[in-house]
Amino acid sequence: MSFGITRYGAYVPRLRLQRAAIAAANAWMAPGLKSQGKGTRAFCNWDEDAITMAVEAARDCLPGSARAEVRGVWLASTTLPYADYQNGAVVAAALGLSPALSTLDLAGSQRAGISGLSQALAGGHEGTLLIGSERPKAKPASTQELGYGAGAAAFLLGRENIVARFLGHAASTSQFADHLRDSDSDYDYFWEERWVREEGYAKLIPQVVQSALGNARLGIADIAHFILPSPFRGAAEAIAKRIGFAGIVADNLGDWCGHAGSAHGLLMLADALERATPGEKILLIGFGQGVDVLILEVTEEVLARRPSGGIDAAKSSGILTDSYMRMLSFYGEVKPDWGMRGEKNEKASLSAQNRVADRLAGFVAGTCRACGTVQFPRLAYCVNPACVAPAAQFDDHPLTEESAAVLTYTADWLSYYPAPPLYVGFAQFDSGARLMMEMVDVGPEGLEVGVRLSMVFRIKERDRQRGYNRYFWKATPVAS
Amino acid sequence: MATGIKDKVAILGMGCARFGERWDVGTEELLAEAFDEALKDAGIERGQIDAAWFGSALDSVNVGNSAIPASIALRLDGIPVSRVENMCATGTETLRGAAYAVASGAVDIALAVGVEKLKDTGYGGLPIPYKGTLNDLWLPQVSAPAGFAQLAGGYRAKHGINRDDLKGAMAHVSWKSHQNGTLSPKAHLRKEVSIETILNAPMIAEPLGLFDCCGVSDGAAAAIVTTPEIARALGKRDLVTIKAIQLSISSGIESTMASWDGSFVRNTRTAATRAYHEAGITDPRKQLSMMEVHDCFSITELVTMEDLFVAGEGRAVHDVLDGFFDRDGGVPCQIDGGLKCFGHPVAASGLRMAYECYNQLLGRAGARQIASPSLALTHNLGGVPYQGIAAISVFGLHG
Repeated sequence: MSFGITRYGAYVPRLRLQRAAIAAANAWMAPGLKSQGKGTRAFCNWDEDAITMAVEAARDCLPGSARAEVRGVWLASTTLPYADYQNGAVVAAALGLSPALSTLDLAGSQRAGISGLSQALAGGHEGTLLIGSERPKAKPASTQELGYGAGAAAFLLGRENIVARFLGHAASTSQFADHLRDSDSDYDYFWEERWVREEGYAKLIPQVVQSALGNARLGIADIAHFILPSPFRGAAEAIAKRIGFAGIVADNLGDWCGHAGSAHGLLMLADALERATPGEKILLIGFGQGVDVLILEVTEEVLARRPSGGIDAAKSSGILTDSYMRMLSFYGEVKPDWGMRGEKNEKASLSAQNRVADRLAGFVAGTCRACGTVQFPRLAYCVNPACVAPAAQFDDHPLTEESAAVLTYTADWLSYYPAPPLYVGFAQFDSGARLMMEMVDVGPEGLEVGVRLSMVFRIKERDRQRGYNRYFWKATPVAS
Repeated sequence: MATGIKDKVAILGMGCARFGERWDVGTEELLAEAFDEALKDAGIERGQIDAAWFGSALDSVNVGNSAIPASIALRLDGIPVSRVENMCATGTETLRGAAYAVASGAVDIALAVGVEKLKDTGYGGLPIPYKGTLNDLWLPQVSAPAGFAQLAGGYRAKHGINRDDLKGAMAHVSWKSHQNGTLSPKAHLRKEVSIETILNAPMIAEPLGLFDCCGVSDGAAAAIVTTPEIARALGKRDLVTIKAIQLSISSGIESTMASWDGSFVRNTRTAATRAYHEAGITDPRKQLSMMEVHDCFSITELVTMEDLFVAGEGRAVHDVLDGFFDRDGGVPCQIDGGLKCFGHPVAASGLRMAYECYNQLLGRAGARQIASPSLALTHNLGGVPYQGIAAISVFGLHG
């Protein structure tokens, strides 16, 4: 029986930095970077991490009606915010998924995303939502700083309405250390690129490709799309040539996004699915302490089941900046003087949070059955003074996918905020609900009353003393 | 049927510390400065005070919780002292407590005193308030100007006013108060500021620039109240009595329901309606002689003119630009310079406003004195326009 990908989606942070700005700022000590100073790289806003991007990719993948199909959430990343506190549980709660499902965090290698997808497909794990999400860090003035990006991609697996059918896979393991990052470090440590290409890619990949093709009873000529996520320019083309591939070598999204670690192969797969035509076969390679090779066949469903956003929307919704300092600050590479207002204590009460955790993560308002008023937060009584019915009469009303508009706003330059100014104002939802919200990813045009808003899941506060993030929803102007 | 407190309570004496960056004194000395003046004005000894209400809003930078610090600072031995906190309405709350105690007959003489020491934080602006464990999890942490700036967009959208015209009227609000502040010896800021300077100041919270925001100061003010009969028995001839004190607090309608349009402050309208009823005012634009309103930000004062029903709906911009609220206008507003020039030591502000009304009504306002005032209004706004507290008092000459 057929098994495969039934839905997919992607997210890339909207902030894009001109690589030329990185190269120019570091020209004093690394003039050679200028040759890589082309295009843009995506970078996370201060309030985005592997969890929030995973949520956004999953939302792109799953319309509300499809969420009941999810049986498990597998989250692959090497940059998860928590080492011991399951990150996937936050993602599941933000998606409003049923608590009766399994969650699993996959880590340990940038291959984790493709390995996870291979395992879930080969194992026939129906209802698995496989997400790869990465916010890689790089030292200032490093090649990686120019080459890295960020992003997430999500795939729902099942037996019906398959978009890309699983045909076969193969894997190998190896101690090969193209790069590594020890547990206490923020940065990858790389060995020479030429050695990685010749002794790593060229020697380890071809035999696994052959095994996977054999398992799928296919030859390389049957493959239309070849995907090898690599931070090295031209590496995929070289391997494709070596194994005799003559089809389309997938775009590595380098011009505008940059390499997104364990999410990158999955982002490239999402991109290929947006472009592929029914019947085409895709060969996807994951590299890192061995190799995974996965072969998929695109079906007619691919035309009907495009994600609401996907890679094309992610690419076109970028907010361009040439402020290198802004990225450095968001990634903790410079520590600007935020003044005394930045000294505040962000300790959260875990017990208080637990009482409302699902309502906050799922942004669940209450609809009063007595008078119909939709309200957030839901307290003991209905807010309507003519009603004041007890909250026992409320129905759940999630606001995450509801459209809203700016009622009032300001740009606050006084409050401590890691990405000044703090845009804040009332979001008026179409259902009648309203609340004061942070408004993020506001472009240079600013805000105005009436601007349409959509909701995004973000870090509300970072408690740096205890390493605990509070997540909540924020509003963002709908990309035009 | 409740009859309100109109003319049941007289002001026996008032005091007001010099507001400003009072690096020279602590909270205790600020309290004493206002208290000493009030005692002297009342012509009584501290032992004649039967009960006291003490206001401080931001205990993180003040004297800590409870009434004990005030009782110790002012040596109010053994009498009931209550500490009240209701954000920027705290000062008016202390007066309400003292006035109600007198009006009920529970005590003969009561003290209301409010103090705030804001300049011991190390930075400008107000300290960051705590929002509570639940709100902390979802509500954005906004500065005070950001909270009040919300009114600007709402007001523009409702009345179809462009940015520059609104900003121009806001600038006039601040310009007028700075003019008035030059005549206030106890004010913090006593310099004229040009319209051009106001318009070109650095942005704090769009569209509020630096001069759209009130000062931040240390200060204290106090009132001693009693019945008109006791006041006369103590030798007072001209009496200022309380005509009304009303509060209105949000129940979540503005911030949660779709009805509020962002252009006005609902609580001010509710409190004003009740206060005018209590005081017997039917036409505030004609009957009020003066106002001291909560001009924490220029946009707040502008919108407040409509919320107090002194300006017609959508007419505040025109009234402001016509000078209706200037010192020589129809209803002078912020004759002492307002929060703009005194700054806003939170718990002292309501009493500082009452102090100006009291002195104007008694004809003791010196260079600022207006001609024969009869009714004066104070107005405070605590919290934010969409989730807050409005407190309104009306004072007048007795008999």
